[in-house]
Amino acid sequence: MLRLSLAFLAGGLFGAGLFVSGMTDTTKVQGWLDVFGNWDPTLAFVMGGAMIPMALAWLARRRRTTALTGTPLPPPPSTRIDGKLILGSVMFGIGWGLAGLCPGPSIAALSYGGAGLYVFVAAMLTGMALAPLLRSRLDRPVPAE
Amino acid sequence: MPIDWIWGLIGGLLIGTGGAVYLLGNGRIMGASGIIGGLVDGSGHDTKWERLVFLAGVFLLPIVLMPFYREVDPHITSNWWVLIAAGLLVGVGTRIANGCTSGHGVCGMSRLSLRGFAATIVYILAGGVGVVVFRHLLGVI
Repeated sequence: MLRLSLAFLAGGLFGAGLFVSGMTDTTKVQGWLDVFGNWDPTLAFVMGGAMIPMALAWLARRRRTTALTGTPLPPPPSTRIDGKLILGSVMFGIGWGLAGLCPGPSIAALSYGGAGLYVFVAAMLTGMALAPLLRSRLDRPVPAE
Repeated sequence: MPIDWIWGLIGGLLIGTGGAVYLLGNGRIMGASGIIGGLVDGSGHDTKWERLVFLAGVFLLPIVLMPFYREVDPHITSNWWVLIAAGLLVGVGTRIANGCTSGHGVCGMSRLSLRGFAATIVYILAGGVGVVVFRHLLGVI
């Protein structure tokens, strides 16, 4: 129960933060990406603000091995920069720029985004369902000629 | 407008606090694409309730805050082809790269993760190029 309560609290803070920061407004996201248009720096403040408590949490993580609910804390991050990370991020970035939406805000705005947002989320879920197929192809070693 | 920056900072602090609760409370990295994707492809089956409850919080809090705002419009494009293409790219891309703005951006960069920085630089550059091409050159968005 504590685990679910904390998950709801975390999700609620995330959703509230996306809402009050304006990050569910696609024009603010596209405004940040559009350096040749009417550039909007808000996203940098959101990202910077979010990294402050998160960095403190990572510092606190050093003194513990398990979370409050007893789950082992995540291991140190991998440093491997591979083709999947780059290709996936290129695809994500183009989609993010096209619609001004990324996964978190698409859920936060679902109650007031209209039919278009349902279309986006349905396509995103389809993409997530298809990703394992592409991932396994990318993992397969290239046969030698 | 300066007020937008202040609200951006306040919202960012809330987002980061959510990430801190999820990490120190539940031992998880708060990445929206991973939380949703694990439900879609079944890889997160064992933690499905935790994921669903998290997403319920993301969905419900804007509804709670809505009455305090006069007008909220996410300005979603009316071009469904753009939305379908964008949704597919975001869905596939975030799962191949194993993270999005929250996982690689907020959680990754704040722990000085090399992968977090690399992913964030790449998706911001790709998004910037995408907006230039599709808005200024092709005029689709």
